[in-house]
Amino acid sequence: MTDAVKEVKADATVTDSTGMGYLQTVPRRLVTLYLPLSIFLFVLLFPFYWMGVTTFKPNDELYNFSANNPFWVRNPTLANIEKLLFQTDYPAWLVNTMAVSITATFLSIFASVLAAYAITRLRFKGANTVGLLIFLAYLVPPSILFIPLATIIYGLGIYDTNWALILTYPTFLIPFCTWLLMGYFKSIPYELEECALIDGATRIQILRKITLPLAIPGLISAFIFAFTLSWNEFIYALAFISSSEQKTVPVGVLTQLVEGDVYHWGSLMAGALLGSLPVAIFYSFFVEHYVASLTGAVKE
Amino acid sequence: MASTATTVDPRAGAALERLGRWLDNRTVLSVLFMLPAASLLLLFLTYPLILGVWMGFTDVKIGRPGVFIGFENYISLFQDGVFLLSVFNTIVYTVVATVLKFGLGLWLALLLNHHIPLKAYVRAFVLLPYIIPTVLSAIAFWWIYDAQFSIISWALTQMGLLDAYIDFLGQPWNARWSVIAANVWRGIPFVAICLLAGLQTISPSLYEAAALDGANSWQRFWHVTVPMLMPILAVVLTFSVLFTFTDFQLIYAITRGGPLNSTHLMATLAFQRAIPGGQLGEGAAIATAMIPFLVGATVFSYYGLQRRKWQQGSADD
Repeated sequence: MTDAVKEVKADATVTDSTGMGYLQTVPRRLVTLYLPLSIFLFVLLFPFYWMGVTTFKPNDELYNFSANNPFWVRNPTLANIEKLLFQTDYPAWLVNTMAVSITATFLSIFASVLAAYAITRLRFKGANTVGLLIFLAYLVPPSILFIPLATIIYGLGIYDTNWALILTYPTFLIPFCTWLLMGYFKSIPYELEECALIDGATRIQILRKITLPLAIPGLISAFIFAFTLSWNEFIYALAFISSSEQKTVPVGVLTQLVEGDVYHWGSLMAGALLGSLPVAIFYSFFVEHYVASLTGAVKE
Repeated sequence: MASTATTVDPRAGAALERLGRWLDNRTVLSVLFMLPAASLLLLFLTYPLILGVWMGFTDVKIGRPGVFIGFENYISLFQDGVFLLSVFNTIVYTVVATVLKFGLGLWLALLLNHHIPLKAYVRAFVLLPYIIPTVLSAIAFWWIYDAQFSIISWALTQMGLLDAYIDFLGQPWNARWSVIAANVWRGIPFVAICLLAGLQTISPSLYEAAALDGANSWQRFWHVTVPMLMPILAVVLTFSVLFTFTDFQLIYAITRGGPLNSTHLMATLAFQRAIPGGQLGEGAAIATAMIPFLVGATVFSYYGLQRRKWQQGSADD
């Protein structure tokens, strides 16, 4: 311990942010840090690698581990992807998922911006209670709601259409986005709005010209998170859609690509890979926003 | 806008101005602003929540309106071995998966909190399992767990650790462990990234102070890291328990509740009885039966851990 103290005194360049990491030796770091971290990364990423490898394997390689090293593709083929794109409804599922995700996201963000602004800035009577209720709404899981919702959707005559999903996805998107945007709006100095009010701006002008431009990082975060949540959604899409060409990617891959007891693993994996790529690409552009929204919502 | 209107017709201009002033009224504007969110949530969240509880007390079927039958659904469910098994499965699934997710997730967060090269990329890759659609990665697990072509079985037999292939999804307990593993795999990134955010707010000087007082690394973890993480841990735990307990996608994609209903969770059983089975009332009763568990779990994980908040010196919030 005394050695450590001496080291602290000797090494004046150690800043507060580096903490005590310098006390660790290289071999120690190797065993306690890099080894477990590599195992974590291997386990977390292996299913994606396996998905990719399977997608490009011809059938004889896929089912014969003894003659081929299963971890590698010897004769890559696009047959699985071709089958998926031209012999199934996959393109329609992609279009549906895209249309539903984008519309539901825009609808939810529109509603959330107005609600979050009203709760944090207009401070109407009972604003805090409404804020709490919206948070509680986020805690209501879709697994409890889908049965009564199915009867409501059927009653509205939108069963088996994209509208069934566009109108129900906001039930989990609005609470999340509102909560996230409330945090962002609170971080904008209220003095800016007061100045504008004194200069004679209306509330709507303030929202459009002052609050929204300042909350753009928050809006991007909310957009990305809402988009991935919609793309991910499964139980509503499974319960409210019945015809193949109306399905979304997750539901279509699981219900239409499995024929009886024969699993075409090649095309199943191709479907999973292609369905994951749009979110993965989207995510790679906005990682920081994504992390910010994930942790921001939890920290509130 | 208003001035151009005035030049055309003074009365219309005055009306527009009145409308503008009326719109600027705080109460009117609040109502208008809350309207889209409130109407969507009331119609598609609050109303179905109430309707679901009501449907649990009726014998409604697909294509046939039901009548009120009191607690009959619940009485028959409590004599139904499959339902009781699903309750047992759900509790095992939630408890085991949550413990593993938090143990491993905290470990990963602590690892990521070190100075490592390419940290931003490592963090981005770690989060990948969380953002990829669950069903699609579940299908990958389904393939990894295949009885005949499982890559895990193949690798283990090649290494000489195993004589026969593992029947991952054919035996009840094997299947339970398999779906739990898939759930943990998907949950670790969320827990790790959230806890990492919490770890980054802990000032390094606290660790230095503890070290100067002679605390070893375990004591530093237990007396500095854990109490400082408690508030964020409580929130993440609440979310995690809630979403694990009501999980549907993963089970539906990998096992559909089999073999012998050994992986049926309450959510998958509710779906099976209600949508393909047509027994909407019974399904709604199963879904409603989840609510007390959820409230209990939320209260326990949130308030149980929040109790220690005074230790961080924030008594008022």
